[in-house]
Amino acid sequence: MNYTFKWSVLWTGESGRWLLQGLLTTLELSALAWVLAVALGILAGALRTVRFTPLRWAATSYVEFFRNVPLLVWMFFWYFGVPPLLPRGIQDWLFNHGAEFWAGMLALGVYHGARISEVIRSGIQSIPRTQFEASVAMGLTTFQSYRLIILPVALRLIVPPATNESLNLLKNSSVALTISVAELTFQTRQIETYTARAIEALTAGTLIYLVLCLSIATIMAKVERRYAIPGLIARVGPAA
Amino acid sequence: MTAGEPAIVFRDADKWFGKLHVLRDINLAIAAGDVVVVCGPSGSGKSTLIRCVNGLERVQAGDVVVLGDSITKRGVNLPALRTRVGMVFQSFNLFPHMTALQNIMLAPMKVRKLARAEAEKTARALLERVGLREKADAYPANLSGGQQQRVAIARALAMQPKIMLFDEPTSALDPEMINEVLDVMTALAREGMTMMCVTHEMGFARRVAHRVVFMDEGQVVEEGTPQDFFAAPKSDRGKQFLSKILTH
Repeated sequence: MNYTFKWSVLWTGESGRWLLQGLLTTLELSALAWVLAVALGILAGALRTVRFTPLRWAATSYVEFFRNVPLLVWMFFWYFGVPPLLPRGIQDWLFNHGAEFWAGMLALGVYHGARISEVIRSGIQSIPRTQFEASVAMGLTTFQSYRLIILPVALRLIVPPATNESLNLLKNSSVALTISVAELTFQTRQIETYTARAIEALTAGTLIYLVLCLSIATIMAKVERRYAIPGLIARVGPAA
Repeated sequence: MTAGEPAIVFRDADKWFGKLHVLRDINLAIAAGDVVVVCGPSGSGKSTLIRCVNGLERVQAGDVVVLGDSITKRGVNLPALRTRVGMVFQSFNLFPHMTALQNIMLAPMKVRKLARAEAEKTARALLERVGLREKADAYPANLSGGQQQRVAIARALAMQPKIMLFDEPTSALDPEMINEVLDVMTALAREGMTMMCVTHEMGFARRVAHRVVFMDEGQVVEEGTPQDFFAAPKSDRGKQFLSKILTH
């Protein structure tokens, strides 16, 4: 091997600033998309378990539509497809206000919302129906029952798959580089282009993603333990 | 509800699960203060019957009137009705992410909008009443079946219901825990609570019930005082049922 590593390309010139900006954009994009995805996921996941057919049907349509189209296509759809349909003025305004970021955020959030909703639905459906009956039998409305009993229990049960889905969301935010959102992967590619140092740039990107994801997984593991339901099978901790 | 009107009335009530005719032409009136035990072989429609009282199931023909309100009417306010009808389930159904105390405080705070301090005071008094004062902060998983069921009764009582429904409250319990639950139910009956209990505890029926309703295949086959029913059931099916459950 006669390749000489030159790691200094990562902090000389503009590289450091690019990486930092990429990291911040990735975090911002992922965090906003995650909030959207969780909100949509809880809503759609819960609605798919209610008795009222039109609501169930609407939620099912959302899930089946969005999870069955590639994320990349969705990003293109929102970024290249939708704006030309809008009036000229709005188009101009959008492109002056980071249209690619918002298109990427929406695509990411809506796509992962559909996937998260299935995780939440499986959590809800693992709760015996009699729990719901017990809560409405006390005079709680269906909405209260979901808010106070069904969802709090379901959300505690699904922390591991929800962690998975959150990590996927963060990693999938890199797809937004295809619509020129200057996120982390975009910036590592830029460093590569400017310095012709692919291995260094991509190693930096890889490590940053790895650290980010490991941090999230660690936090979620803490959340899981903190909110564990007493008496359920646990990996660690004293027997209840 | 005006004085003298029954607390619960079934009028020509019918219900089907698909093709299965689970309740057939039920006519039944339960007076305020009555303790009624519903018994019968499994699949006879007992549970469905009492689940129709608080609208967990709907009858498809006829009417069910609870505390003066028809619950088959369109637009009936079920949550409001249910605050006046407590229910205890076979599988306890305590909420696993809440302590015993929180389980009891939930509905008073969220439905009756009681202040936390007031709800807590009532909840602690109820725990005391079911003999579980020291278990206030225990989670359901750390309580025995009998204790869970007593908390569940306290939880239902927290809404100060006029009627209590018991759907096989001791069927999921180990024998040594059955009595602690029956004792609480007996005390409740003595205080004049209107109670409808689906149970196989014939001793309880004999000692506490004012009336026994015997069901089979979705019908009320006979009803009467426990003395009459246990000593001399009028129907053949009643005789058969008793011979099966009382021989050992």
